[in-house]
Amino acid sequence: MIKYLLGNIDNPNAAEIEEYEKAGGYRALTKALSMEPEDVIGEVRKSGLRGRGGAGFPTGMKWMFAANDPKFPKYVICNADEGEPGTFKDRHILEKNPHVLIEGMAIAVHALKAERGYIYLRGEYPEAEKSLQKAINDAYRKGYLGFPLHIHRGAGAYICGEETALIESLEGKRGQPRLKPPFPVNAGFFGGPTVINNVETLANLPFIMASGADSYLKIGSPECPGNKLFPVSGHVERPGVFELPMGTTLREIIYEHAGGIKNGRALKAVIPGGISAPVLPPDKIDCPMDFVSVQKYGSMLGSGAVMVFAEGTCLVKVAWRALKFFEHESCGKCTPCREGTGWLRSILERIENGQGREGDIELMEDVAGNIAGNTFCPLGDGAASVALNFIRHFRSEFEDHIGTDCRKMAVL
Amino acid sequence: MSPAPSAEKPLAGLEEIKKNYPASSAALMPALYEARRQFGWLSPEALSAVADALNLPKAAVRSTASFYGMFNQGKTGRHLVRICTNVACMVLGAGSVLEKLEARYGLTPGGTSRDGRFSLAVTECIGACDKGPAMLVDDDMHTDLTGERITEVLERYE
Repeated sequence: MIKYLLGNIDNPNAAEIEEYEKAGGYRALTKALSMEPEDVIGEVRKSGLRGRGGAGFPTGMKWMFAANDPKFPKYVICNADEGEPGTFKDRHILEKNPHVLIEGMAIAVHALKAERGYIYLRGEYPEAEKSLQKAINDAYRKGYLGFPLHIHRGAGAYICGEETALIESLEGKRGQPRLKPPFPVNAGFFGGPTVINNVETLANLPFIMASGADSYLKIGSPECPGNKLFPVSGHVERPGVFELPMGTTLREIIYEHAGGIKNGRALKAVIPGGISAPVLPPDKIDCPMDFVSVQKYGSMLGSGAVMVFAEGTCLVKVAWRALKFFEHESCGKCTPCREGTGWLRSILERIENGQGREGDIELMEDVAGNIAGNTFCPLGDGAASVALNFIRHFRSEFEDHIGTDCRKMAVL
Repeated sequence: MSPAPSAEKPLAGLEEIKKNYPASSAALMPALYEARRQFGWLSPEALSAVADALNLPKAAVRSTASFYGMFNQGKTGRHLVRICTNVACMVLGAGSVLEKLEARYGLTPGGTSRDGRFSLAVTECIGACDKGPAMLVDDDMHTDLTGERITEVLERYE
C-alpha cells in the first residue's frame, strides 16, 4: 500500500527538508512549475481529488472557479484550523511532515496564479507553528518558494474552520460566517478570488503531480480516490492516525488498525467523522469510509475522525458534552443556532443529572427540528443532527435516563 | 513578570507583521498576540495600544478581542493550564483529572490558585484525542493524564 501523506512518519527526522528531498520531495513542484497553470488544474480535476476538510467538494472544480474569475490578486489559503473534536490528522502532517503541505501550497499558488498564500493555523497548535515556520524558512532558503507564505494564528474559535468565517478572521475581524454567494472563489480575502483548501487536501497534491492523475485514480474508491487519514480515538486498543485508502471499512479501521475495542469490551456506538457526524450503532460498521458511502449509512465522512465508544459508556453524557461544545462555539450570529444549541444542552444536562421530565425527548426533537436548515452555516445543522441521531439510534437509553440519576449507572 | 501596562507605553514591533497583509487592519490578531506578550495580558490599556498602533477604532479592537477564547481570558496566573474536556478526553477520564486539580491546588475552571501560580481553563478539543486526557500548559502539550501524572507534570512549572 502506498502511503504518501504520512508514509515517512517513522523517520524521526521526517520534518527536515533534506529528508523530504531524499524521499523525492519537491520534484512534484518542479514538474508543476514546468507546466502551464491551466494544465496543473486539469490534472487535479482529472484526479478526482475531493476536499478533506469535511465537505468533500471536488478540489479541481473549486480551483477552476477561482482561475476563471478575471479579478486579481488571487489568494490561496490553507485551512489548518483543525478543531473538529476527535480530529488530529492535520496536526500530524503539520508537525511531522510539514513539507508535503508546503509543496502542495506552492503547486496550488502556481496553478491559480495567486499572489500569496496563508496558512490559517489554529491557536492551540503551538508545536505545529514551530515546525511549520521552520519548514517554510527552509523551503525559502532552498529556493522552492517564489511567493510570500505566511502563518496566521487563530485564537480558539472553532467556527473559523468555516471558510467565510476564516476569511473574516484573517482580515482581523470576529469569525462570523458571511452570506453566500458570493463564494470565496469569487470574492474572498479582501474581495479577491480565494481558494481555501484543507491541510490534507493540499498534502495530496505532490503525489498527484508526481505520479499523475491516472495513478491517483487507482487508489481508494471510484467516486472518492486517494488515501485518507483516519484519526481514531476513544475506547480502542491502539488509538492513532492511520493512512488508508478511501473506502476502507469502519470495521477494518477499528478492529485491524486500531486493535479493536479496549479490554475486549463490546462496541456500543461509533462516530465516523468527528463530533458533527451523526453517531452510528454497531450494526453499521461495515460502512466503507468515503464521502458517498458514509452518507448512505446515515452519517457523514466529515474529517474522517473515528470516535469509538465501548459498552458501558453513557451516551446521554456524550450527547450532552457534544451539545455543550456546539453551544460554546456558536458564533452568535443567527438565532436558531445561538439559542437552540443552549436549549439542547440544557435539556440534555437535566436528563443527565436525573432531572429529566416527561416529554423532554420530544422537546429536543422539536428544538433540533427548528435549528436544522434554518441557520447561516453548517454549525447549527451539525448540532441538530447530533442530537437527533443520538435519540434516533439510542432512544431507549434516553428514556431510561429520564428520572434516573445517571451517575449511578454510568461506567464510562 | 511582564511590566505593568501603562497608557503611555506604545506597542512595538508591528511593522514586520503589517507587511504580511494587504491592509494593516488584518494584522489585528497577530498584534493582539504581540500585545499579550509585551503587556502580559490584554488589559484595556493593551487593547488601546493595539488600536493606536494599527490606527483602528478601539471598538474594532475590542470587538475582535472579545470574540476569541484566547484573547478574552483576562489576567491569568503565571501559567495557564488548559484541560480538554471534550468527548474523547471525557470518556478517557478528564473529569477525574479536574477533581485532582481542585483537591491539590484548589483550582476550579476559570480560577487561579491562591499563590498566583496556575490559572485553569477547560477547553474544547486540542487535537490530542489519541492520547487523552490532554492539556496545554502555556504552549506545552501534555497527554495521557491521570490524577497522579498531572501533579507530577505541574510541579515542573514554578
